[in-house]
Amino acid sequence: MFIAQCKVESVEKLAENIYLLKACSPEIASSIKPGEFCNIKVSESNFPLLRRPFSICDVVGDDIYFMFSVHGEGTRYLAEKKAGDVLDILAPLGNGFDLEDDYETAVIVAGGIGAAPFPMVTKYLAEKDKEIITFMGGRNESDLTDYGMTNLNYSTDDGSKGFHGNVVELLKSKIDDFNLDEIKVFGCGPNPMLKALKEFCEEKNILCELSTECAMACGFGICQGCPIESTFNDEKYLLVCKDGPVFNSKDIIV
Amino acid sequence: MSNVDLSIKIGNLELKNPVMLASGTVGYGNEISNFTDLSKIGAIVTKSISLKPRKGNPPQRIVETPSGMLNAIGLANVGLDEFVKEKIPFLEKVKSTLICNIAANTIEEYIECTKILDSEETIKGFEINVSCPNVKEGGLSFGNSVSAVGRITEKVRAVTNKPIIIKLSPNTATIADFAKVVKEEGGDAVSAINTLVGTSFDIYKKTPKIKNVTGGLSGPAIKPVALAKVLEISRSIDIPIIGIGGIMDWKDVVEFMIVGASAIQLGTVNFINPNAGLEIIDGLEKYCKEMKISKLSDFVASYKI
Repeated sequence: MFIAQCKVESVEKLAENIYLLKACSPEIASSIKPGEFCNIKVSESNFPLLRRPFSICDVVGDDIYFMFSVHGEGTRYLAEKKAGDVLDILAPLGNGFDLEDDYETAVIVAGGIGAAPFPMVTKYLAEKDKEIITFMGGRNESDLTDYGMTNLNYSTDDGSKGFHGNVVELLKSKIDDFNLDEIKVFGCGPNPMLKALKEFCEEKNILCELSTECAMACGFGICQGCPIESTFNDEKYLLVCKDGPVFNSKDIIV
Repeated sequence: MSNVDLSIKIGNLELKNPVMLASGTVGYGNEISNFTDLSKIGAIVTKSISLKPRKGNPPQRIVETPSGMLNAIGLANVGLDEFVKEKIPFLEKVKSTLICNIAANTIEEYIECTKILDSEETIKGFEINVSCPNVKEGGLSFGNSVSAVGRITEKVRAVTNKPIIIKLSPNTATIADFAKVVKEEGGDAVSAINTLVGTSFDIYKKTPKIKNVTGGLSGPAIKPVALAKVLEISRSIDIPIIGIGGIMDWKDVVEFMIVGASAIQLGTVNFINPNAGLEIIDGLEKYCKEMKISKLSDFVASYKI
């Protein structure tokens, strides 16, 4: 874990409200793993005061990528960054996905901007010769991107693209295509989606890891701001930043 | 001028510089040591320790506000036994002065915690938290009563010879009355201020943004309040004050010292820049050289009003 000053190279719009920021950081690029995150100071002033946590989206050479949507002041600042601006980034933080497990097929389930960690995950999985199937859901077509993904199946709440319904319903409709003993599900998205995904995977006894989200200040365990209830110890919370953000679905209560 | 003396004294506690890291913003030292050299820090104050472990409040615990943040962690901590077994061994290795912050629900619990921890050589002093705004019992009710704060100071004083710092609440009418009773009952110093009670609502759902409804406001937004409280104590009571509230850089530290703080604590800034302490110490040294000051403590309460 360290603090790095990283020069922004570009901010690209991938969809109506999905942005991709590219910055240069040899240090982060060489140390961060799929599913881990960075805590970014988006301005030099006291507004916004706190850093903002973002999953690492991809790494290419010395460059690191973040995928985000604008939903508040922090992300609005980030979307307005120009090439040459410098970002102060704490990284690498948290625990990423366990891609080494015993399975043949990786089933990626992304809800909205929950797609963010999966381009890097996809790349690692491809290197391991895993079969990859991706399910991506959004409210409508403008929430969707194919950046860095493979073998995509879409769902939209309004039916504007792909399956009409949510992404977990889409997965359920396709589940008979898989040998359940040979798959592992990797999920990221809003809490209601994670909850439905967790319940479904547990009912079918499917291996599943979820990347969770919570408001946090520090990102490395000192503020205690991001608790998540565990299934194995009701006396103590886990921390999203330090014990996660990726958890085995059986270990947490969403 | 080659050497600047940054050392300060709080009662019989000597610190190499006035920069302390505030309770609840440094954990038990291990995580933040990835980013900074704790041995250069004046003192670190542990996360509040209670006799039994505390789970803390359910999420959401934190929300950002203009130039500040609200938190309602609820004193989540490992409890005294695990602190002694698991955390002290690491803290022993950190060559910084260690102050242990104690939170409790009853006066007896404050006494018991202090008694047990008094024998730990690594702990050089105690900060007694009588002002956490985020737990229903204990903290807040004690912090609002001059007689309760007096009683706690007296009882804790009776069981330890190590320096006792009482952390005061700003959520009271006259903070100087509390500082006065701390002094009368044998406390060595006060730290001021703890967080201010605040809240924030979602205007569409009409629900509070933090589960606890209210939380403690910290960050640069509270600095003017903290400065006024430190000045109020400084003008009426002769007791060492540790200034806390929204300090982001060395200039803020100088400002706190001018109004009467002998030392300061960094809180929220640690979440944003975990190396802020070292940068501030460096800034203070440069400032002293520039101002041709050989001893930083000469600055304490140097206000001209």
